[in-house]
Amino acid sequence: MFRNQYDTDVTTWSPTGRLFQVEYAMEAVKQGSAAIGLRSRSHVVLASVNKAQSELSSHQWKIFKVDDHIGVAIAGLTADGRVLSRYMRSESINHSFTYESPLPVGRLVVRLADKAQVCTQRSWKRPYGVGLLVGGLDESGAHLYYNCPSGNYFEYQAFAIGSRSQAAKTYLERRFESFNESSREDLIKDAILAIRETLQGETLKSSLCTVSVLGVDEPFHFLDQESIQKVIDTFEKVPEEEEDGGEAEAEAAAAPAEQGGAGDQDVAPMEM
Amino acid sequence: MTFTIPIDNGDALKNAETDSQRTLYPYVTGTSIVAIKYKDGVLMASDMGGSYGSTLRYKNIERVKAIGKHSLLGASGEISDFQEILRYLDELVLNDNMWDDGNSLGPKEVHNYLTRVMYNRRNKFNPLWNTLVLGGVKNGQSYLGMVSMIGVSFEDNHVATGFGNHLARPILRDEWHADLSFEDGVKLLEKCMRVLLYRDRSAINKLQISKITEEGVTVSQPYSLKTFWEFQAFHNPTAGAQGSW
Repeated sequence: MFRNQYDTDVTTWSPTGRLFQVEYAMEAVKQGSAAIGLRSRSHVVLASVNKAQSELSSHQWKIFKVDDHIGVAIAGLTADGRVLSRYMRSESINHSFTYESPLPVGRLVVRLADKAQVCTQRSWKRPYGVGLLVGGLDESGAHLYYNCPSGNYFEYQAFAIGSRSQAAKTYLERRFESFNESSREDLIKDAILAIRETLQGETLKSSLCTVSVLGVDEPFHFLDQESIQKVIDTFEKVPEEEEDGGEAEAEAAAAPAEQGGAGDQDVAPMEM
Repeated sequence: MTFTIPIDNGDALKNAETDSQRTLYPYVTGTSIVAIKYKDGVLMASDMGGSYGSTLRYKNIERVKAIGKHSLLGASGEISDFQEILRYLDELVLNDNMWDDGNSLGPKEVHNYLTRVMYNRRNKFNPLWNTLVLGGVKNGQSYLGMVSMIGVSFEDNHVATGFGNHLARPILRDEWHADLSFEDGVKLLEKCMRVLLYRDRSAINKLQISKITEEGVTVSQPYSLKTFWEFQAFHNPTAGAQGSW
């Protein structure tokens, strides 16, 4: 994408019908570190790569609990992500207070999308520079949604956002058809394997990732480092297994197809 | 009710409408509602009377209405406030339907919404002068609850409003049990309504029994209870208090 004369204002259309500022906002999402979501019929798993500003600092929190039955993982401008998470928590708790009942995920996601849309149609605002993977449970089952800075939202069986997410997406594309019937443990394993894809060669350690689960009879919570390491140990110990062989090919194929996979040095400090 | 509460409507001296905006006393009122949980859902009984003070003025008022797919709402107290509540719920149900997303308002949600509304109005010293009974079935679970005009709210296996609390609840405490059949449930409710008919001055002999199950709502046609006035106690009712004192 190159600079052009129609990209200064969010309220300026280009002659080809594009809003460049909105598209630039979506670029910001691609710069953040990876976040992954998958769902089965009864559970949703959200996972993210832990990235720290420097060796001295703690890592950025990218997954937030919205309510017992909803969690969100973000990629892009984390400050924007925090503000939107606070909005989601507020909506969820207001609904619970009035109706003593959990807010259906689909309705929360629409409100979020409408809030994002407003920022694409006001000259004094800017779009939120964060993509959100919203996972939740309601009457109609387990759901995973992706909310874009453009105000669009889609429902997914599995999805990945952020830098080097294409590698994870390729892995998920090969496996997603079985996710609906997956057990909770298999779903977690697949999430961690997908995270591994985005690390591109770096050894997978539990300190590098955050994993959260929610499901029927299981309120949203984070998995502790021990449990994550246990899952990693089940596949990382034998690196030359047939699973790994398939992964190496996928990585090689995914690398040239990479989009916006900027090196870590180019990431602006406000994006994680 | 002669104290004045400052209200955001302007100076009471200059603005004639300030006090008349708040509910001070009820005008057209409905009497008791009695409701019980039974095997397949909830049964609710009410008469069709609307009293204007001590006059039994209106004899065709439906005091029980279906709300959405899963709930039944009965009200005693000010009829116009009940109609206002139905308008609020109409909007709520409409918005819920417009989502068209597989989620629907169950009786628990409606009950809690009403509790919020009633309590908020009470806090503003402008109550909706009703005691509401909310019954329903969703996903096989029966639900029965009550909200009063001051926002007191609770759930139980059997509830009653107004005089029903004093005359019907004792009967229900003795004779209600879980998994009543439809016929037994109706007989039990009729027993309660008969007592209310004899002893509540504002009760009329024209009642409806409404039922809600997983399949939906049915409101019966109005009918009357058979009464017996030849009890010894009804002959010569002033026997114990001859003359003035």
